Amino acid sequence: MSFIDVTMQLLDGFKVTMLIFFLTLVGAIPLGLIISFGSMSKLKPLRWLTRTVVWIIRGTPLMLQIIIIFYGPGLIFGAAPLPRLSSVLVAFIVNYAAYFSEIYRGGIESIPVGQYEAGQVLGMTKTQIFFKIVLFQVIKRIVPPMGNEIITLVKDTSLARVVAVVELAKAAQDIVGLKGIIWPTFYIGAFYLLVSGALTLLFARIEKKLDYYKG
Amino acid sequence: MSVLEVCNIRKSFGGEEVLKGISFSMERGEVVAIIGSSGSGKTTLLRCLNFLVEPDQGSIVVNGETVYDSETVTNRSEKELRAKRLHFGMVFQSFHLFPQYNVLRNITLAAELREQELLKERKASKEEKKKVMAQVTETAKQLLSQVGLLEKQNAYPCELSGGQQQRVAIARALALNPDILCFDEPTSALDPALTGEVLRVIRGLKSSDRTMIVVTHEMEFARKVADKVIYMADGVIEEMGEPEQVFGTPKSEKLRKFLENAKEGL
Repeated sequence: MSFIDVTMQLLDGFKVTMLIFFLTLVGAIPLGLIISFGSMSKLKPLRWLTRTVVWIIRGTPLMLQIIIIFYGPGLIFGAAPLPRLSSVLVAFIVNYAAYFSEIYRGGIESIPVGQYEAGQVLGMTKTQIFFKIVLFQVIKRIVPPMGNEIITLVKDTSLARVVAVVELAKAAQDIVGLKGIIWPTFYIGAFYLLVSGALTLLFARIEKKLDYYKG
Repeated sequence: MSVLEVCNIRKSFGGEEVLKGISFSMERGEVVAIIGSSGSGKTTLLRCLNFLVEPDQGSIVVNGETVYDSETVTNRSEKELRAKRLHFGMVFQSFHLFPQYNVLRNITLAAELREQELLKERKASKEEKKKVMAQVTETAKQLLSQVGLLEKQNAYPCELSGGQQQRVAIARALALNPDILCFDEPTSALDPALTGEVLRVIRGLKSSDRTMIVVTHEMEFARKVADKVIYMADGVIEEMGEPEQVFGTPKSEKLRKFLENAKEGL
């Protein structure tokens, strides 16, 4: 198999990798915010429930979560399984939302109470205070940890292969198994590096953009 | 009619009574200075007036309208609470400017949001909206020149000195045109060299007939600017009167000691 052939075949897998990556972000970024509100709720039961769920999700391997979501419904209820890719997406979105929620919580709780009070005495509503004052400051503070987490996501997409979703790593594995050549396994490292390199640059730019003020 | 009547305000935190029945009133255009050592309840009193904390007991009447009465307190909606808050403006010890906005935006933000709400309620036309928003910006610029910072309108808070930040905070509080402007130790977080510019601004407001309550450790300032001085100790008003009387012929033993200590500190 020539280099070009391997590259073309890997690119098919790479498309799936990118699909998992982007859809996970689209789902997990807002879901994380909702979860973070839950874990900061004044209602104790809601707070503890949310925190327990976050603990379970962060405390077990993502690979296991993918397997449970794909095989679980069938084994427990005899239900038809979700399509493979959908199971993977559900697991990724929930898992990443849990991590994001903790980053958001840290960011939100780090905003000085004076910012809220300043908004209050100026007659602003809670919603206005959150969206017009607090949110932007939170974003500035969470950009570095979010960058970290999102780069991890690029590589975590390779876990989708445990339920036979043909993403980049599985595509390489298939070639290795079929053609008896080992080098495509190493070659995929370049794909991951390229994406995480681009993300590193992107996040550096965002950080710089937000650097126009201190505090 | 008094612009503000505070009657028997009490507040406890975790079983400890911080305000033990505070009553006073003030007239329009009057400046009241509140002095007293740390922990005497001065800040808590201001926070009660601004509804940042809810008193346990007592009543607050502004311009004849009861804005708070513990006897009749019901679950107020956020909207009502906000409307009541707008009677008071608040300048904090550590400014609390919004760091991501420039100086002008810091001043216009709340006023614009408020106007938008009002415009929406009366379904105003686009032209009217434009006019109102232009007015908000115009007012903000006037306030900025009043505090002497018009040329800094595009600067960010982090680019300003503490004194300048506090002057912006004063302009921000004035933008909503409160009946009574409260200052919570407005110069305590400042370098001594910068307190003068802030105090000058406050003095300037007095000459434009602003009703103000100033919690302060600046005794000279209180003496010169205030119409009435309240000395608080352990959650009560220990002594209250004209500055000459409070500083010149203090009746209370506590106040005498306090003033002596303040002098020694100089």
